[in-house]
Amino acid sequence: MPNKKKRYAMSMDPRRCVGCNACVLACKAENDLPEQGFRDWIVTETRGRFPHLSQEIRSERCNHCDNTPCVSACPTGASHINEGGAVIVDKRKCTGCKACMAACPYDARYIHPEGYADKCTFCLHRVKQGKDTACVEVCPTHALVFGDANDPNSEISKLLRRRQSKVSKPETGLKPNLHFLT
Amino acid sequence: MSDLTRRQFIKISAAGSGAAALAGGLALTSGRPAEGAVADPATEGDKVIPTFCELCFWKCGVLAHVRDGRVTKLTGNPDHPLSNGRLCPRGTGGHGLLYDPDRLKKPLLRAKKRGQDVFQEVSWDTALDRVSEGMLAIRKKYGPEALALFTHGYGGSWFKHLFKAYGSRNIAAPSYAQCRGPREVGFYLTFGQGIGSPEAVDTRNARVITLIGNHLGENMHNTHVQDLAHALDRGAGLVVVDPRYSTAAGKARYWLPIKPGTDIALLLAWMNVIITEGLYDREYIGKYAVGFDKLKAHVAAKTPEWAYPLTGLKPQLIRDSARFIASARPASLVHPGRRTTWYGDDTQRERAKAMLAALLGSWGRQGGYLLPSSVEVPKFPYTKYAYKPKEVRDRVEPSLYPLADEVIASGMCDATIPGKAKNPIKGWFVYGTNLMQSLPDPRQTVKAIQALDLMVAVDVLPAEITGWADVVLPESTYLERCDDLWTPAYREPFVAVRQPVVEPMYDSKPGWWIARELGHRLGLEDYFPWKDSKEYAKHRVKAAGLSCDELMEKGVILGDQGPTTEEEGLALSFDTPSKKIELYSDQLEAAGFHPMPEFTAPEEPPDGHFRLLFGRHPVHTFGRTTNNRFLSTIFDENEVWLNADAARGLSGFEGKPLTTGDRVVLVNQDNVRSEPVRVKLTQRIRGDAVYMVHGYGRTAKGLKFARGRGASDSDLVTRYKVDPVMGGTGMNVNFVRIERATQKGA
Repeated sequence: MPNKKKRYAMSMDPRRCVGCNACVLACKAENDLPEQGFRDWIVTETRGRFPHLSQEIRSERCNHCDNTPCVSACPTGASHINEGGAVIVDKRKCTGCKACMAACPYDARYIHPEGYADKCTFCLHRVKQGKDTACVEVCPTHALVFGDANDPNSEISKLLRRRQSKVSKPETGLKPNLHFLT
Repeated sequence: MSDLTRRQFIKISAAGSGAAALAGGLALTSGRPAEGAVADPATEGDKVIPTFCELCFWKCGVLAHVRDGRVTKLTGNPDHPLSNGRLCPRGTGGHGLLYDPDRLKKPLLRAKKRGQDVFQEVSWDTALDRVSEGMLAIRKKYGPEALALFTHGYGGSWFKHLFKAYGSRNIAAPSYAQCRGPREVGFYLTFGQGIGSPEAVDTRNARVITLIGNHLGENMHNTHVQDLAHALDRGAGLVVVDPRYSTAAGKARYWLPIKPGTDIALLLAWMNVIITEGLYDREYIGKYAVGFDKLKAHVAAKTPEWAYPLTGLKPQLIRDSARFIASARPASLVHPGRRTTWYGDDTQRERAKAMLAALLGSWGRQGGYLLPSSVEVPKFPYTKYAYKPKEVRDRVEPSLYPLADEVIASGMCDATIPGKAKNPIKGWFVYGTNLMQSLPDPRQTVKAIQALDLMVAVDVLPAEITGWADVVLPESTYLERCDDLWTPAYREPFVAVRQPVVEPMYDSKPGWWIARELGHRLGLEDYFPWKDSKEYAKHRVKAAGLSCDELMEKGVILGDQGPTTEEEGLALSFDTPSKKIELYSDQLEAAGFHPMPEFTAPEEPPDGHFRLLFGRHPVHTFGRTTNNRFLSTIFDENEVWLNADAARGLSGFEGKPLTTGDRVVLVNQDNVRSEPVRVKLTQRIRGDAVYMVHGYGRTAKGLKFARGRGASDSDLVTRYKVDPVMGGTGMNVNFVRIERATQKGA
């Protein structure tokens, strides 16, 4: 894959996930987030009536979409597309105006107490050193896989070829890069 | 409040229409991200020190990242077989314990009446003198048998040693008679050995996994959860028996929402199907088991139709799930679970599980129960304990609980209450266990404490129990101390070391230091010949022929992996009287108990009452973590799960039906009232039971964060049924009614 452009993506396997929140807490510790700041979160959806029930548990975060209304909406250029298509907020440029938050259909951002919009960075500071993201590294159930979807030999490419997957709110047309295995 | 920063001002103005307006044009994005746009949060350690966790008893290997002298994060040690580089949420949040501002910081002496939780800070010398004087006085007046140690957690080993040297074997962990004890005895009676911890089960290779009241995935036993996810990914099927639609139930092929207290009926019916349909492992049973014909006769009439009205589970569901379980044998794991103290007939139920496992031929087989060994590390060559105690005071009558194989914590409490035992216990030493929440009926515990001559607590955080102590000794957390080596029997045997990653904070001291200081004051110097725990551990490591440097650098050294199953070449043997798997137990019969499990109907909840069930949340380990502010960002108070349909018919709420989030008070059969607690209306539980996460409703004054959050299930467990076989306290026998919390309480 020399010189081929990277496209970072993540897969999430609800069948493996037990919703333990290790990903959420590892992210908080890794990125030194404020008490009420969360870059990822757990969603538990239960359907049916007792005793005919079904349940899906997901670990969610910014989808690092191909189409990025959050970036378009940003008046200062703080929200931008970084390496591998990761959507990043440069906090030095952010004024905390929340335009990005209004533009994001996934509610993936929050305002940091220091006044800027904060969100998942795909742990680029780690990825650049060849490490996994903190949430992937900690996950006791191996429910999360991160990698370069443009590299056909990456674990995530293989996984997405082998397994069917879906994305959140496909009707938005934003082409999310967080894939939920089905 | 007065001076808004510019950012805050923009934040406020943008919250309204501003955001939409700005979203329109003004996109100044350039193609190339600015240098430094991705900030490094600077949490990578400048030192990374391996140790093992103490947020629960699983004790996973962790790597502590230390930067400028502070622990910034904790990650899984990739070399450690229990973590495999991954951690559960609690282990991830261990720094929340280390930096808990409410920690015990100085030794404390009781300043007012017992239980008022009022103390004065004193020096270590004063505190230790007071403890040793108390211990010497008890030994002189009543003999060393009158002192008891309640312990939980790995640091307890130093105090166990101190106690043996002092002359007492009243050493008990509530994790036996209040938790896994019935399981140990049930399996011991059947296979000749208990399960132990960490449970060596081959979940990873199982094709069917059956969980009975075990909410794996909510209890985050790291390796088990890793293995479960792996098995599910490989297509293993899950059978979950639980009155509640647990996380695991949500992944199950078969969920059996059983009527609480009727598991034995289900297990007998499953065995009926498996035997009558010839689905059991005939060869395995023929070779290894005794009593099969008696079992066959015993379950002959215990059909799914018989079990249906008892369990509420339709015959077809029982039959289908039995066939499914048998279809994968021997790689069909009936998981041993952990807390098995439910209804007072628990040893018999656990034995029924063991017998089912035997029928499946899964004991000592791949995908079932593993029989691993541990790394041989010689014990420290201590002087032989000089005094042999005349008795262990863990029951009020010597004839009780004949098959207990560990000391009974609740029994030591009984033996303290005046008028109960002939020779009562007069002093308690409590290490790392909050007895007000770990023993049933706190009212009894208080009665016992009020009769003590000496009450000492060693802990890292204040708790209800430390509030009752005469002397409180602040221990350093697991991240600040070195403890004994850990060498459990496990699939991949290992030796793990716990080493300090930062200096002890405040005036806290490691357990080994406290025990050693007390030893010297008690004239037991000979039993503490080492200068510190590091010297002690090094001695053991060298005696085992291992490298101290390697162990300290990696945190763990793996041993040779011997065969753990028959498939790997292990010859199965059974340490029972018959040297076989005992489907029929002469031992039980001789002790006056049913030789095979019998179903007895549980008591029905009175009108308008629900059975109180309790369990775990994945980010917490009972009350031990409820004050951990980092973990509590996820879950900071418990709630009461109540079936939404049952809520609609609830009397007292006709005018204004309950909705999720309303505060209610639970009132038990003895009119004990809970603190106000939020209700969660859900379809995920039967209509005859309520459920709450254990460990909330804290009242200790020093727990500034946890105090007043949620309600305590323990306070409502005023009734318990003692397992006559081994003294376990069945605690799922309480009933509550629900009242709306008054405005003041809410």
